[in-house]
Amino acid sequence: MTSPHPPLLSPGYKSTVLRAPLQAPILLPGSLSELTGPALGEGPVASGDADLTLDGKGGEAQGQRIIVHGQVRDAAGRPVRDQLVEVWQANAAGRYLHKWDRHDAPLDPHFTGVGRALTDDEGRYRFVTVKPGAYPWGNHPNAWRPAHIHFSLFGRAFTQRLVTQMYFPDDPLFAFDPIYHSVPEFARDRLVAGFDLGATIDSWALGFRFDIVLSGDSATPWETK
Amino acid sequence: MTTPSQTVGPYLSIGLSWDEGPFVVPADASGAVWLRGEIRDGNGDLVPDALVETWQADPDGRFHTHGFRGFGRCGTDDEGKWAICTRKPGPVDGQAPHIAVSVFARGLLDRVITRVYFADEAPANAADKVLESIPEARRHTLLAAPDGDGYRFDIRLQGDDETVFFTF
Repeated sequence: MTSPHPPLLSPGYKSTVLRAPLQAPILLPGSLSELTGPALGEGPVASGDADLTLDGKGGEAQGQRIIVHGQVRDAAGRPVRDQLVEVWQANAAGRYLHKWDRHDAPLDPHFTGVGRALTDDEGRYRFVTVKPGAYPWGNHPNAWRPAHIHFSLFGRAFTQRLVTQMYFPDDPLFAFDPIYHSVPEFARDRLVAGFDLGATIDSWALGFRFDIVLSGDSATPWETK
Repeated sequence: MTTPSQTVGPYLSIGLSWDEGPFVVPADASGAVWLRGEIRDGNGDLVPDALVETWQADPDGRFHTHGFRGFGRCGTDDEGKWAICTRKPGPVDGQAPHIAVSVFARGLLDRVITRVYFADEAPANAADKVLESIPEARRHTLLAAPDGDGYRFDIRLQGDDETVFFTF
């Protein structure tokens, strides 16, 4: 099966040019080191970590409030339970709370942009946040990243580890974004959340659904990629 | 329908930094060693926006044993350096002691995967099937050398002495 993952060397995204390894990777036979993986559980998750809009001190983030939810499954379709989901994102103005982000857009004193959750028995997660803004990134003239939320997942085996980005439907910046375009065309729509009226809460927040499928499964992680 | 990977981007530390991440075991635990290194790109420049994750067996070669998380995570600092405090793993499945490593960075559209082996395990390394599958001239890129309070393992993403990376 053709890999849905982007090639490491994707010159339209300039930072790949000096960072992508150029030697062919060596095939690793399956061993316990790869068939197992960290079981982080609740350790890193604190109460309130799944709601990015509240700062815990009575303050509330600025922006369009949204709910982002979905199900995490393995390639066999089985839910991936009790798994740590980590997210991070820019604020509603398109600014990250990071010392290197110099974009001339306001920081939000009530928004850090960090969230954590555990999947439930059906592999489901749910975050409350604000819609991140698009931001300029200097890759080429007038380069703007489409609005996105970074996602990090572990799965049950070392082989299943995934870090990706969730996008929002119908973003006009898709056409100009080399990071989105680094993904083979057939798989790009897997990175785009769907608007979900069912998850939308009247007079409060818009809902988006983003389901995630990890490669392989912990029993036979070698059969799919 | 596997979800494709995307880069962690330059601001990965916002979401992926944990204070306790580098401590697979506390620094004062018995048998604790520091695994330290730096990451460089194809120009030989240090990479200050990368993250190293490690996964390993305990000193008896077992996974998920009580009280041993087995997982470490450390972002690179402004000088491209990372450090993880852990115990040296035992042999697993008849393989030489090793640690599975993922590297994430701005400019890496997917993680890259490598393994730390230990230079002071020469007899076990000589019998290891994975090391044997690697051209001899490149094997040294996977060997952590004893250094001070632990081991040193530098990662070269591209160029001369490019680290050996794996696929499944």
